[in-house]
Amino acid sequence: MPLNLAPNIPDGDGFYDELLQAHQGLSKEQSEAFNARLILILCNHIGDREVIRQALRAAAG
Amino acid sequence: MVGGRYEVAFRLYPYRKVAEQDMEPRRHRVVIVGGGPVGMAAALDLGLRGTPVLLLDDHDGPGLGSRAICFSKRTLEIADRLGCGDALLEKGVQWSVGKVFHGAERVFEFNLQPEKGHKYPAFINLQQPYFEKFLIDEVRRAQSRGAPIEIRGCNQVTGLRERSDFVELDVETPDGAYQIEADWLIACDGARSPVRDMMGLGFDGRVFEDNFLIADVRMTADFPTERWFWFEPPFKDSGQSALLHKQPDDIWRIDFQLGWDIDRKVELDPAKIRARVDAMLGEGAQYDLVWTSIYTFQCCRMEKFRHGRVLFAGDSAHQVSPFGARGANSGIQDIDNLGWKLSMVIDGLAPESLMDSYSDERVYGAEENILNSTRSTDFLTPKSEISKIFRNAVLKLAQSHEFARPLVNSGRLSVPCVYEGMPLNGPDLLNQGPRQSRVGAPCPDAPTGQGYLLNRLPAGFVILTIDADAPAQVTEAGVSASRLALSAPEDASGALADRYLGAAASGVYLIRPDQHIAARWPEFDETAMRAAIRRAVGKD
Repeated sequence: MPLNLAPNIPDGDGFYDELLQAHQGLSKEQSEAFNARLILILCNHIGDREVIRQALRAAAG
Repeated sequence: MVGGRYEVAFRLYPYRKVAEQDMEPRRHRVVIVGGGPVGMAAALDLGLRGTPVLLLDDHDGPGLGSRAICFSKRTLEIADRLGCGDALLEKGVQWSVGKVFHGAERVFEFNLQPEKGHKYPAFINLQQPYFEKFLIDEVRRAQSRGAPIEIRGCNQVTGLRERSDFVELDVETPDGAYQIEADWLIACDGARSPVRDMMGLGFDGRVFEDNFLIADVRMTADFPTERWFWFEPPFKDSGQSALLHKQPDDIWRIDFQLGWDIDRKVELDPAKIRARVDAMLGEGAQYDLVWTSIYTFQCCRMEKFRHGRVLFAGDSAHQVSPFGARGANSGIQDIDNLGWKLSMVIDGLAPESLMDSYSDERVYGAEENILNSTRSTDFLTPKSEISKIFRNAVLKLAQSHEFARPLVNSGRLSVPCVYEGMPLNGPDLLNQGPRQSRVGAPCPDAPTGQGYLLNRLPAGFVILTIDADAPAQVTEAGVSASRLALSAPEDASGALADRYLGAAASGVYLIRPDQHIAARWPEFDETAMRAAIRRAVGKD
């Protein structure tokens, strides 16, 4: 299955708010550690190395 | 002066003058330089095949100190083929529980339950001098049965000249120098290989350097037989990582990773070492310091392991970090690969070019080891800020989530190389055959109803049939392959079928003398078998 780059999250504004909320009160260092953990958790959930590779490319811009 | 670079643990081959020292140079079939585990395994492997070997070592026994302490399953299987697997297993320590710490926090604990149906466990811990001694004991037994092996202690090679099809050597002894000639030379003379230097050959691809402080301590107190590994240990001045694991004779091995820029003399001060060990073992721990050393390593390899009539094996050819026990273990696999090939070339059964496949296959193995070792190193000593953030995220997640535990990398234990896509390989036509027994892989062990499979493989090339017909022997271009006939129902556990048939009803394997799989089919096909044998000995 190719990486889905079309809108896929219901209530996008709500999601975005939730993401920022999760970082509320964290120092820059804590936020970076949080992001790293989040990336690892999401990559594991995806599992498909090819999809992850496409995501890495898409993120590189 | 010959020898004296290090103390020996056992004097097993004291210097004795031989008549040759007062004669014109004599030609030997094979001369091995270096009597460490790799050189000794080479002498034994070739000698057992009836190929005359002369081993020269500049000392008269294995060096003192535990050094390589983790011997992997494949090494034990090779040692078994050479005759000393049982002795190693009996003396070695087996462990299955490991604990991983990050600072003072415990990250997780694992229990490596061994897969059933193998004669040998995934690894044993054993001091290197014992490993060497068991090999030498086996050399002595082989000699008494007529194996053409000679060991000369305190014989140091000081000069080397390559001729068209042989090598001339200058050898220094306590009675002065003499010369010998060798059709083939195997350089097993270690990371600082004098042979490599004398030939002016480089050691390329240095990617990593570090220092390890090693302390062997004797403790008789109850301490569990477990492997403890610390990332960023909490004890004072303990470096980037630390490792504690058990050896035979109540000895515990402690490794501290100190980094590159250190003062060796200061670090080796016993008071300083004791302070570190005290901090690790806790107040009041009773122990004796048995042996300490600082070990420096780098990751690198020679571009090719064959240079004319000179073959490099073990640390002289490649070096890796100690994470994953890939040093001595890969050296033993070098010999496993080299022995049968050199023996066949010398017997005129294979072209000299077969020795290039030794280089190709083992360079491939060395690359795999360097890759694994580099990845472990990147995890252990993150090279950038973001790499450290990810490393610590993995360690944090591993405390509560199983998915992150396989990402924790404190060294991936040495597993044998699969010679995938290499030129000696024949066809892999067993439809949906198991991946672990694909062409290029070492034969997985399995129960057969009459002992373990690897024990039952005849010497030389083997045609393994499982529920398939084949002649008792096939001889092609002078090379014979003998059949081992098995039937899946003989093994009630089902492991034999799982490992060699998968979904197939029958299988026919061509197995090389080093127990690597050369080709496989669902049924015996004589034309295909003959072609695969020719290919496997480099006659294609």
